[in-house]
Amino acid sequence: MGHTKHNPIVRALFNDDDIVLSAVKDLRANGFHVSEVYSPFPIHGLDEAMGLKRTRLSTAAFFYGLTGLFFASWLTYYTMIMDWPQNIGGKPNSMWFLNMPSFVPVMFELTVFFAAHLMCWSYFAVNGLYPGAKAQNPDPRTTDDHFLMEVELEGDEDALNKKLKDLGALEISKIEA
Amino acid sequence: MFEFSTKAKQLAIGLTVVGAILWVVGFAMNGSSSHEADHGHDAHATEMHADAGHDAHAEEAHDAHAEAGHDAHAEEAHDAHAEAGHDAHVEGAHDVHGHEAHAEHENDYPGEAHAAMIESSYESDRAEEAHADHGHESHAEEAHDAHGAEAHDAHAEHAHHQQQNRPWSALYVAAIFFLGLGLGQLFFLGIQYIAQAGWSAGLLRVMEAQAFTIIIPLIVIALISFLGLAHVHHMFHWMVEGINIEGHENYDEIIAGKRGFLNPTFFIIRVLVYIGGWVWAARMLRKNSLLSDSGDGVEMWKRNRKVGAIFTVFYAVTSSTSAWDLIMSIDTHWFSTLFGWYTFAGMFVSSFAATILVTLYLKSKGLLEWVNDNHIHDLGKFMFAFSVFWTYLWFSQFVLIWYANIPEEVTYYMQRWDQYKVPFFTMLSLNFIFPVLAILSRPAKRVPGTLVMAAVFVLVGHYMDHYVMIMPGTVGDQYGFGLVELGPILFFAGLFIYVMLSNLAKAPLLHKNHPMIVESKHFQQ
Repeated sequence: MGHTKHNPIVRALFNDDDIVLSAVKDLRANGFHVSEVYSPFPIHGLDEAMGLKRTRLSTAAFFYGLTGLFFASWLTYYTMIMDWPQNIGGKPNSMWFLNMPSFVPVMFELTVFFAAHLMCWSYFAVNGLYPGAKAQNPDPRTTDDHFLMEVELEGDEDALNKKLKDLGALEISKIEA
Repeated sequence: MFEFSTKAKQLAIGLTVVGAILWVVGFAMNGSSSHEADHGHDAHATEMHADAGHDAHAEEAHDAHAEAGHDAHAEEAHDAHAEAGHDAHVEGAHDVHGHEAHAEHENDYPGEAHAAMIESSYESDRAEEAHADHGHESHAEEAHDAHGAEAHDAHAEHAHHQQQNRPWSALYVAAIFFLGLGLGQLFFLGIQYIAQAGWSAGLLRVMEAQAFTIIIPLIVIALISFLGLAHVHHMFHWMVEGINIEGHENYDEIIAGKRGFLNPTFFIIRVLVYIGGWVWAARMLRKNSLLSDSGDGVEMWKRNRKVGAIFTVFYAVTSSTSAWDLIMSIDTHWFSTLFGWYTFAGMFVSSFAATILVTLYLKSKGLLEWVNDNHIHDLGKFMFAFSVFWTYLWFSQFVLIWYANIPEEVTYYMQRWDQYKVPFFTMLSLNFIFPVLAILSRPAKRVPGTLVMAAVFVLVGHYMDHYVMIMPGTVGDQYGFGLVELGPILFFAGLFIYVMLSNLAKAPLLHKNHPMIVESKHFQQ
């Protein structure tokens, strides 16, 4: 995601998440640019080790939730107070605020609904996941029990290959940009 | 290894002593000024009483009036109506005056006397209006005058009793609040073992020390509630003499029906069982943890897992029953089925606030170097999550009662709304809105500054929550925040610091043979 594709890419396959994590740290400490890691499951601390920017999804979620809250307030106001005032249990139906406690469940649910759904769709949109999208993982084994790391090749290819072998890579291949 | 410095020791002892002195001074002043209060509240007492008289009167009149209205309708409307209405009215007013309202005012229990007033006023709102339309205002005033003069003394005495309850209630509120700080972490400590939690292994010693802080509040709570049984104060309505004896002047049918559970013997047994069970768990968890330092960590961990499992089951029951006994029974007529969880949630979240403060204090001393941002973040998450959980339970209890609007339930909130509006809304915002705004975002939970701020909000908010739970039923509108309230807070805060820090100083802060201590050190999220 997001890396410039000017340089050729070296792909290294690993079979252990701890090894991948320490390899990423080692490579970055030695000035290499690890552009992507494919993993069957989330590895704790990997995003930090790769130096990825922190996601803004949580900020978005806050505003999605706020949207849901306002929508629910408007919805309950319009349906229960303005358009068709209903007397339920003798509760005041002339003012939204006086009847607010009975709308809290609706407000809560729609806040969650908006936050969850819009967050999910935002995630899909940002990652280019849509029905029929092509799988991006270069090796199907990364959906099972292997981990694949992409490193940009800048300079000596043999040095990088040796480094990767030392770090525990099982297979190494080179992709021209 | 943490060292309990002389300075901290002096601070803790100083707080305790100053708090105790303040409470005693407040207690003495409360006694001498309560006569003044009698006079000062004269006007007030009459006013409240007149309300009740008027309301009850309207209620009775309503029925009579409705009947009369029906009869009159058949024939000539106006004459018949006025006459019938008038007669019924006088009779009705006398009845009410003689029995209902008067009986309520001999009662020392502000919450429930008030409740009765609200109940009658609530039911008769419509009646009053209809009534006024027919020109009976003069009547209302007559009844009001006669009534007010007679029962005036009873009400003044009632206010006097409320005033006398205040130092005891204030001490009780602080005791319950500080009990929660220890009890929440005792439960959390048990949970760590049965959930086989790894992340928290480096924090267990803090939790163990904090769990020991339950002992002193428990002693004070037991003392106060047993003094109630000896009629030293009048905090608990059901403890009054003759409450279950038919024909006795204090007889209360509703409370007599609850006698199977709320009787002195069973109450004392239950309180002793709570103290025994909780203190046993705190001591066992600590003992095995200390044994593991010099012995087999895995074996001791397994033992603690058993203790944790037994305690969790025990606490599942006693957290609810203790909340009924110690808090809900103050408003004896009222009941709420989720009161136990609501109380537990409040205790749990305030205990996390205390743990955060203690952990950050230890870190500021350069200790607990294995506790990193991730652990602090998790404690912050727990505090945040349980703030929301507390709000969820608070609202669940509130909305059902608000929606159903049954007089016997809704009086609980009407009294808080009428007399406790400021603490009621302050504590709601401190316990829900402030934590949400302050520590919702991830970075905020990793910065000590915002966490400390949120923890202080939560602690103040939950003190006020307990205040609003207990005070309305014991002192009614005679509440305030003075020496008697401040004293117990300082007293228990001093003892909390002393017990907490001296227990931390007794053992290494690292639970070094805990089977998951390595996992805890590498914890990352």
